[in-house]
Amino acid sequence: MSKKQSNKSLISSYPNWFYLPAIITFGIFFILPTISSFYYSLTRWTIFDATFIGFENYEAFLSDPMLSIGLKNTFIYAVLTSGLKTIIALPVAVLLTSGIRFKGFYRSVVFFPVLISTIAIGITFSMMMQPHTGLINVALSSIGLPMVDWLGNPSLALYSVVLVDVWQGLGIATVIYMGGILAIPQDYFDAVKLDGGFWIKFRHVIIPLVQNSTFTVIILSFIGGLRSFDLIWAMTGGGPGFASDVLTSIIYKQYQAGFYGLSTAGNVILFLMVTILVFPLKAYFDRKELDV
Amino acid sequence: MLKKVLTLALVSMVSFSLFAGGQQEDVQESGPVTLTYLVASGTDQNQAWAACESFMALNPDVNFELELRPGGTDGDNIVKTRLATGEMTDIFYYNAGSLLQALNPQQTLVDLADEPFMNNVDDAFKMTVSQEGHVYGVPNQTAMGGGILYNKKVYADLGLSIPKSWAEFAANNEKIKAAGITPVIATYGDSWTAQLFILADYYNVQAANPDFAAEYTANKAKYATTPAAMAGFKYLKEGFDKGWYQDGYATAKYNQGLELLATGKGAHYPMLSFALTNIVENWPDSASDIGFFAQPGPSADQNGATIWMLSANYIPATTKGAKLEAAKRFMEYLVSPQGIEDMNRNVPPSGPYLVKGAELPADVLPAVLDIASYIDAGNSAPALEFLSPVKGPRLEQFCVAVGTGQMSPEEAAANYDKDVANQAKQLGLEGW
Repeated sequence: MSKKQSNKSLISSYPNWFYLPAIITFGIFFILPTISSFYYSLTRWTIFDATFIGFENYEAFLSDPMLSIGLKNTFIYAVLTSGLKTIIALPVAVLLTSGIRFKGFYRSVVFFPVLISTIAIGITFSMMMQPHTGLINVALSSIGLPMVDWLGNPSLALYSVVLVDVWQGLGIATVIYMGGILAIPQDYFDAVKLDGGFWIKFRHVIIPLVQNSTFTVIILSFIGGLRSFDLIWAMTGGGPGFASDVLTSIIYKQYQAGFYGLSTAGNVILFLMVTILVFPLKAYFDRKELDV
Repeated sequence: MLKKVLTLALVSMVSFSLFAGGQQEDVQESGPVTLTYLVASGTDQNQAWAACESFMALNPDVNFELELRPGGTDGDNIVKTRLATGEMTDIFYYNAGSLLQALNPQQTLVDLADEPFMNNVDDAFKMTVSQEGHVYGVPNQTAMGGGILYNKKVYADLGLSIPKSWAEFAANNEKIKAAGITPVIATYGDSWTAQLFILADYYNVQAANPDFAAEYTANKAKYATTPAAMAGFKYLKEGFDKGWYQDGYATAKYNQGLELLATGKGAHYPMLSFALTNIVENWPDSASDIGFFAQPGPSADQNGATIWMLSANYIPATTKGAKLEAAKRFMEYLVSPQGIEDMNRNVPPSGPYLVKGAELPADVLPAVLDIASYIDAGNSAPALEFLSPVKGPRLEQFCVAVGTGQMSPEEAAANYDKDVANQAKQLGLEGW
């Protein structure tokens, strides 16, 4: 029996109405709100009533003078977090799949931040980054380094949040890489032993053969970076001023202000932007994907 | 029908607290009535509960259940969503003025205009809770002054006198700075506190341009093109340029600001006088060291305070039967002499009452007397948000951007003028 046929018989052994609960749930809680949000983005919506105004919300959203800062910050944030996670996670994964002692312990330590609520991390770090009383600055000054106003300095605030995001998200990226490394057949490592050296192994076996994991890490963390909100909101609220505002925090503030139509239009724009940026990237990676 | 389904689906997606604390539908005609009451947590909560307890002591047939919401724009959302879905509590507490207008009161609230007890309420207050002749709200707090809270001990130690013009204020600040004390406390970690230099300057704006509010609402006057309105943005920048703000002000929180003021490490805090209630709670011994003066303007001859009207209690249209009757009795109590007397005893007033015949107690805080003296002398004006529904939600961000040196006052004013257009359009105002 070929593989195709066996799949088919598996599917047909379940009646179609088994799909119904999933379709209903997905329809009510995902498809319907998504479609209705397209409609409401074309209205002036006060929750009490909605007036159709065509594309005026899109016009207002895109002509917002502060939008350019938000777009720039969103892009910086997505590129930096996904870049740093990719670069740092690979060596960490190599270390954690090697023969070091207490491997299990280190693996837990690296993965631990993933398990904590992002809001809790944001609040904790914003306390630790306080200019005078925060743990980080107290530690810095005790070894004679100057104190840094991590979140209060407008040109630094966004990058401070990026650091925390990388710290938190590193665990996921590392686990994906560890999976990739452990899937490399032992033969390659045996073969490279003849050429000697850890560097040769890292450069010519691990990096090329975990390429699929690299793509996954980049795509996941890039999308995550583009639509990141909770950490920024908990740490800076987009401030000081507009210094760390990203697209999502701009949208959220418009929603808070009661501009429901306008913020819905912003969400549609965010949706389109993520799609436009990520689909070509995904298509490119799919073409280059290795079949190990 | 489809639209209704769509609204329902989307609303249920975006609101967290929708099903929290729904009302019981079947109201018993006899026996005790339980009223649910939605207030913002914090100071408002304490004040509301004090009023409830006093009322329950007099009316054993009524019980209260307090429900809490966050303040600020998060709270606005909860109030709007619950009103729109008919899930509002039996009574709720909310701002007067421009925020009330956004609640669509003619559809969602009970009109109290014909209730006899409304005669006790000051007409200036009624204006801020009315729409087209219908009156909706009853106060249970005092009006507030917006201006500069200052530490009297610092002033006495340095031999300073109260500034009547901005130049005098700036000169005082230099002397205070030379003495090693923070001249102006800024707490941009709670960004709403950054707006005071602009909002509390409204007395001076109105003195220079008496028609500003009307023209501003009609999209004729602008911050960027009205020098008197622009001044507030320039003050923020001046503070940054001259180093008046304390270290770490960009992330400091409101409570840290109060501590600096109460302990005399900071001399001035541009703030609303409700902060006095927090100072009494946390630094009771320092409360009598705090005074108030109006934000000084360009000229010493025109010096007056900007006044914030109080928030009010409203009854949503969904409250019916015995509950409605009990809710109205509670409203009547709040503006009765007995109610005011109980309030004075429970919570020290942070400004004058807007109820006819209500007197401030003899042991009132000095800062409250300072505010009352501006009002009694006729040197006061309501804040712009009580005269015009147009207020951009991002004013606080622009203020922080100017106060941290990221944006020039001109740029911020021009961008803020664009920002308010969204609000005006959302409210469907003429001329935008």
